[in-house]
Formats: sequence, structure tokens, C-alpha cells
Amino acid sequence: MDTNSKKKNFYAIGFDLLLFAVLLGCIVIALCAGKYPITPKESIEVIFGELFKRGGAYSEMTKNVVIGLRVPRIIASILCGMMLAMSGVAYQSIFKNPLVSPDFLGVSNGACIGAAIAILMGLSGIYLSGFAFIGGILAVLITVMIPTIMKSDSNIMLVLSGVIVGGAMSSILGFIKYVADPETELAAITYWTMGSFSYVTIAEIKSVIFTMLIPMIILFAMSWWLDILSMGESEAKTLGANISVVRNVAIACATLMTASSVCISGTIGWIGLVIPHFARMCVGPNNTKLIPTAGLMGGIFLLLVDTVTRTISIAEMPVSILTGLIGAPFYAILLYKQRKTLS
Amino acid sequence: MIIEAENINFTYTKGTRQILKDVNLTLEEGQVMSILGPNGAGKSTLLNCIATLNELDSGTIKLCGKDVRKMKQKEVAAILSYVPQNHIPAFSYTVFNFVLMGRAPKVGMFEKPKTEDFEIVAKVLKELGISELADKPYTEISGGERQQATIARALVQEPKAILFDEPTAHLDFGNQIKTLRTIKSLAEKGYAIIITTHNPDHAIMLGGTTAILDKKGHLSVGPTEEIITEETLKKVYDTKLKLSYFDEAGRLVCIPPNL
Repeated sequence: MDTNSKKKNFYAIGFDLLLFAVLLGCIVIALCAGKYPITPKESIEVIFGELFKRGGAYSEMTKNVVIGLRVPRIIASILCGMMLAMSGVAYQSIFKNPLVSPDFLGVSNGACIGAAIAILMGLSGIYLSGFAFIGGILAVLITVMIPTIMKSDSNIMLVLSGVIVGGAMSSILGFIKYVADPETELAAITYWTMGSFSYVTIAEIKSVIFTMLIPMIILFAMSWWLDILSMGESEAKTLGANISVVRNVAIACATLMTASSVCISGTIGWIGLVIPHFARMCVGPNNTKLIPTAGLMGGIFLLLVDTVTRTISIAEMPVSILTGLIGAPFYAILLYKQRKTLS
Repeated sequence: MIIEAENINFTYTKGTRQILKDVNLTLEEGQVMSILGPNGAGKSTLLNCIATLNELDSGTIKLCGKDVRKMKQKEVAAILSYVPQNHIPAFSYTVFNFVLMGRAPKVGMFEKPKTEDFEIVAKVLKELGISELADKPYTEISGGERQQATIARALVQEPKAILFDEPTAHLDFGNQIKTLRTIKSLAEKGYAIIITTHNPDHAIMLGGTTAILDKKGHLSVGPTEEIITEETLKKVYDTKLKLSYFDEAGRLVCIPPNL
């Protein structure tokens, strides 16, 4: 390897280490911030005290707030932010389009329908998550099957069937909302579709941890082939890629990651679109560097957003409101900076 | 024989014009073939068929004696490189990383390129004299430089044959000649090469073999000096073209009439 690319790798790894340090800092802030203020020292004492079961000089109340309330939210928001950002990277490479987000093939819409049906059936907690997960996966399966039925293997066909499925899904969701009880069910559905970490439990996190981490590892292992996929179908083929295998594995991984995060948090917009874009500006388009960096950035961003939503007002705000309010103008700034190359 | 196409037929969708009708061609080591034909005749389609990007209606294509239908995409890519028409990808990979993608046939699906691959890329960039482009974004270099980078990517693939789809399109005069020179020297090194072009002069300069694809899907192949005549050019371009020997160039030149 020539010295230049070695230097660049060092830069990318250093950058990721820096982001990791920022993430740790944000975790401490998130542990302390809230209606029940805790000092950074206390919060760290509780974490280590409980982690190694040796206890410490902190009150039961402090322990309950940290371990029972804040830790699950922190873990969930970091994981979800990471998953959404990394699957956004994958989708953007697969469709060689920097304007694509993880819900492109209908994961989020499908998950919303699953969740809405669960709410109509009076289910909650882990059952609701399960319905949302299955809904998300089913939606993508239908999207992916349409080109196969039409005997076409092209990306554009996949994009268009994404539009078809997305359209059908939002009508179905509209119908469910229409028949839902406006006082209770409709409110719950609406709240769910805007994303929140209020009710996340450790049990729920445990139930999705493998469907998050295993696809993540696979996606990272094949990250160089995502570069090749992003050159377009025919070029990737002449470079020796077995397009349908590479693409389907990547879509399956990204879909599992998104569905796992959506099913515990509800749909959260903008992260999968904006974070990959921002990460690409920092470390370049190589997926091997991009996936870890975007993951860390996504984790930091969603953790901060969730911390703000639960501290800013008495009644908790849905996460999507803030990700949209921050994401949209931020995206506009990114596009402004790149306006010359995007022509 | 590196490339053999036997009686290949191709139609895009049923009921539309047949693009290739019983096309035969062979290509051996060090041989250059220029494909000429009017707009829309299907020159690129023929190239895509050979590159296994299009599925044939009938006929066989063999690479190094092996039927492509029995080969994996990676095996095809180990014999055949494809230099597509100049285009700009969606993401701004550096030239080095762009060229590195040519190593794909040697890299597993869950692997990344190794030191050896990096060295080959550096070597090829040096041979083509474009080492200084290595760290520049592929999206921000000139058309001529992009052409060179794409050729570098084709070479790191370590193929036996290289297909060029209109390698001189969108290039200025100097870069057209530079590209043709590169192609000729590649043939001298033993690569089998097929190019498509709109310029009969390019076929004449490259010498070797020329193939003319007409609108009915027939391909006539032969030595360039036999295939390119005023008569055949009239048929291809529906324009009277003059072929005359130009001493200073030391070759035939193709001259269009005055307007």
C-alpha cells in the first residue's frame, strides 16, 4: 500500500476514535440530563456499581432513574441512530443515489401498518414491536418480489415497485387511522409514527439486538462490494459482481437493521438521509470508511435528539419532530455546499 | 482464440427489430477489431452481448474456449474488461479507489483488496503516466483523464481482452489520438481488443480487423483494408465519402464531401 492511502486510513480511524470519544461524552450528558438531575460523578458510579454488582454510595432513586429509565433509552437511541445511518449508507450505494433513505423500499411504511394493526388489536410492548418488525420486512419482500414477477432485474424496476408499495401502504395506513378510535388508538398510532423512546425497555432491546448487529457485521464485511455496486449495474457486472446476490444480501441486511430499529422506536425520519451525506463529506465515499463513521454519527445525533426531547418540555415530544427540524435545514446547508458538484 | 461468437441472435423485446442476426466473429491475442455502423445499428448492443450484459436469443459466445453460459460473472470478468462510455458516477471516489475496483474479480464477497492489489494499481497508474491523478476525485478530472483512469481499471483486471464502447466519444482531437495510441500499444502487448467507433479513420489508423454492422443486423468482418471501401462506407453512412491515400500520414484517409 502506498504511504498516501495509509495516511488516509489513519485519518479515518482517528476520526472514528474522535467520534467515539464524543459519543462517550454525550452518554454522560444523557445520563445526567433530565427532570431528576444527577451529577456526572454519580452517574458513572451507578453504572460501574451496577455493572460489577458491587454497589456504591448512591440512593435507590438515583439508581432507578439511571438504570431503569435512562440507560435503556440511551442504548436504544444510539443503536437506532447507528442502524438508520448505516442502512442509509447501504441504500444510497445500492441505488447509486445520495438522495435515498432507508425507508425507500417501504420498511417504515410497512412497520407503521404492523404497529397500527397491533394497536387496533390492543397489543403493546414487545408484541407491538414484533408486529412492526414483521410489517416492515413484509413490505420490503413485496417490493423486491414485484420485479421478479415482472421478470426484470433492474434497479429502476425496484425503485418503481418501491413507489407502488409505498403508495399502497400509505392508503392502508390511512384506512386504519380512519377506522381507529380517535381518542385512544388514533393518538397512539400517530405518536408511534413520529418515533419515541419513552417506552423502550431492556427486554425490547435484547429482542432486536441480534437482528441489528449480525446484519451490521455482514454489511461491513461486504462494504467494498457496495462501492462496486454504486458504479451501476452493468459496470458492476463487468467487474465480476454477481449483482443479484450482492444487492439482495445488502438489501436484506439494511432492511433488517432498519426494521429492528423502527420496531422499538417508531419511524424516525431524516437520519438515514442526512447522516450518510454528512459522513461522506467527512471521510469520502468508500463504504468501508463510511459505514463506521456514519454509524457513530447517527448514534451521537439520535442520542442528543432524544436527550433534548425528554428535557426540553414537560410533555415529551416525538423524536421525528426534532430530527426533521434539525435535519431539513442541515440537509439544505449540505446541499448548498455541494451545489457545484450536484448539478 | 480468446473471443468466439457463433451465430448469435439478439432482440430487445419480442416483435421489435432484430438487432443481431447470425453474427459470427472471432478474436485472438493481439488482434484489434473496430466495429463501425450507423447510429442505432446496435454496435454497443453487440459489445454488451459479448460482455454477457445482454442475454442472447440464440447462439454461443465462448471466452478462451469456454461457453459463457457455463461461466460465473467473476470468470468472465477475469478474461474480459469493459471500458464503458465516459460517464460520471454518483459518488466521488478517488481515481486510485476507482481503479482499485478493477481488482474485484480477485476479491471475495466478504473481503477487501489486499496490499498486492494496491501495488498493482499503483504500477498500472505509473505505466499509464497518471500517478499524479491517484488522489483526485474521479468526478472532478477531465474527460480525457477519466478515459485513462477507466483504461487503468480495465488493466488492473488483468484480462485477456478489452472491450471499448466508443472510446473516442466526447474527447477532443488530441485525446482521441492519445486513446487510439493507447489502444494500439495494448494490442501490441497481446490484449485482444474490440472498439466501437463512428469514425472510419480510427479503424484505418488501428488497422487490424474491421466489422461493419448494418441496420438489418448483419455483421461483415474482415481485414480493415478490404472492409473499408468507398462503396461500403456509402452504404453505412448513406453519404458519399472519398477514400484517398495521404502521403504525409502514410495511410488512407476518409474525406466527407463539401456541404
